[in-house]
Amino acid sequence: MKIVKLVFKNAFRHKLRTFLTILGIAIAVIAFGVLRTVVTAWYVGVEATAANRLVTRQAVSFIFPLPYTYRDKIKQVPGVSEVTFSIWFQGVYIDKNQFFARFACDAETMFDVYPEFLLTKNELETFKREQNSCVIGEDIAKQYKLKIGDVMPIEGDIYPGKWEFVVRGIYKPRDKTTDATQMLFHWNYVNERMKKESPERAGDVGWYIVKIKDPSKSGIISKQIDDLFKNSNAETKTESERAFAQSFLASTSAIITAMNILSFVIIGIILLVLGNTMIMSARERTREYAVMKTIGFSGIHLAGLIMGESLIISIIGGAVGLSLTFPLIKGLEQVIPKGFFPVFEIEPITVILAAAAALSIGIFSSLSPIQRALKMKIVEGFRFVG
Amino acid sequence: MPAIIEVKKVSKSYTRDSFAIPVLNDISLEVHEGEFLSLMGPSGSGKTTLLNLIAGIDKPTTGNIVINGTDITLLNESALAKWRASNIGFVFQFYNLIPVLTAYENVELPLMLTHLSKAEKKQHVEAALNVVGLGDRMFHFPKQLSGGQEQRVAIARAIVTDPLILVADEPTGDLDKNSAAEILILLDRLNKEFKKTILMVTHDPHAAEKASLIRHLDKGDLI
Repeated sequence: MKIVKLVFKNAFRHKLRTFLTILGIAIAVIAFGVLRTVVTAWYVGVEATAANRLVTRQAVSFIFPLPYTYRDKIKQVPGVSEVTFSIWFQGVYIDKNQFFARFACDAETMFDVYPEFLLTKNELETFKREQNSCVIGEDIAKQYKLKIGDVMPIEGDIYPGKWEFVVRGIYKPRDKTTDATQMLFHWNYVNERMKKESPERAGDVGWYIVKIKDPSKSGIISKQIDDLFKNSNAETKTESERAFAQSFLASTSAIITAMNILSFVIIGIILLVLGNTMIMSARERTREYAVMKTIGFSGIHLAGLIMGESLIISIIGGAVGLSLTFPLIKGLEQVIPKGFFPVFEIEPITVILAAAAALSIGIFSSLSPIQRALKMKIVEGFRFVG
Repeated sequence: MPAIIEVKKVSKSYTRDSFAIPVLNDISLEVHEGEFLSLMGPSGSGKTTLLNLIAGIDKPTTGNIVINGTDITLLNESALAKWRASNIGFVFQFYNLIPVLTAYENVELPLMLTHLSKAEKKQHVEAALNVVGLGDRMFHFPKQLSGGQEQRVAIARAIVTDPLILVADEPTGDLDKNSAAEILILLDRLNKEFKKTILMVTHDPHAAEKASLIRHLDKGDLI
């Protein structure tokens, strides 16, 4: 008989208790994995940002527009290689539940500044040529079964009226973190209509995206851009794209922090559950440990037996939990609207953290019973009545 | 013949709620190789305590215990554990078998601390179980055995490492008359046939009769 066999036999001595503990650990690992995935999905926009892109917005808030005329001035700033812009169009596609980002952008420059949106040369040329065309991410195309040539009717809200866009391109994401749920169309198309229907809104741009040559000079360039428009009617605030993306999350940071903390609280709770199980098991076996010590087993042997048993339970629980987390995340990905979480995948770091948590639970929950077994004198062990 | 067990002026007291309770008073005792000594006495006389001290599972307050030339009172916990593994076989009143292990695995337990090969371990375990007459019940779990059979498995576990001394604490205390008689015959056989030095604690005069020597303890004094 190998010592491992004894450890396994001990671990499954109380089958129901062990099963329930394994189930508890598995559920905790699943909950941990799902919460962490939500948190990482929340931050995916930040992860997708590029170091060589700055965002220039209205200094008061990004909801206030900037004049189109700023574009050429920004382009003159040393170190700037390209400038593009967009506006948040919103609108309703099919119904209000179908949420995904819809931007009016500068068709000429957008894809130069965002090389992670992969479009064929043909598609790009057609898009640039046709004013009422649009480009959509492949996730949106899949979700709504859209193909090149299809018309997407949008009911405008910020920009009222009925709008129709012809799909002329379906972009693929270059990276795992690239958002493939956006809809992009011509700012000119929107602006021309604004000139007729709401002339006071014509020439408005939401924000500028500034591509720079040297990311290490982003601070200087940002200052130079903002200095250009100091004391104007629309002062600007220029920051890195990452900082801009993070500012979007600022309002929800308390929720994200709470979810983050909750994911670790769950691990803490299950640590206590397994710790309790191990303490009960070790307590029940006090006489057996006394017998084993009498036979000649040392404290190290008993520590190995107890920790081994705890690790077996936690590893099985962790493995079951992790193996169920993957299909669950896949299922959730299908259910959650693409627009909320463009990338909803379990990250390798989540797997590593969950596995490390399961191992840590196994180790830490065995410490108290190990200490008790080591301190126990043999004669006291024989007197013990459990 | 030199004594294999030398108990020299051993005293033992326990502390309970800051009170020192003397259990053994200045005991001296010698046991020679191959002897079968029975320690008798009423409850609380200190016979189990003396047995525990000789088996190295407890330490005296004062005095020395020398077993086969080794003063075990000078050994630390780790060294004492190793010493017990190779020198002492312990038989308990309540058998103390591991319930999730078969008779074979229970007997094999002390051999897990040795460097014997799998085949050698098998040979030792089967031999020990055959000696106690349970060669046909090797793969039965403790709950599938009678009390007498469980105690025989416990004896097989005690002798499997071929220890120098076999100590038995009330080995028939939890058994019916017939099973107790079988166990006593087995211990007698181990002493006579296998030349094992045996120390047995009992309060049963019939059990004590099997021993070659009987010593009495009363209120911590050897009389």
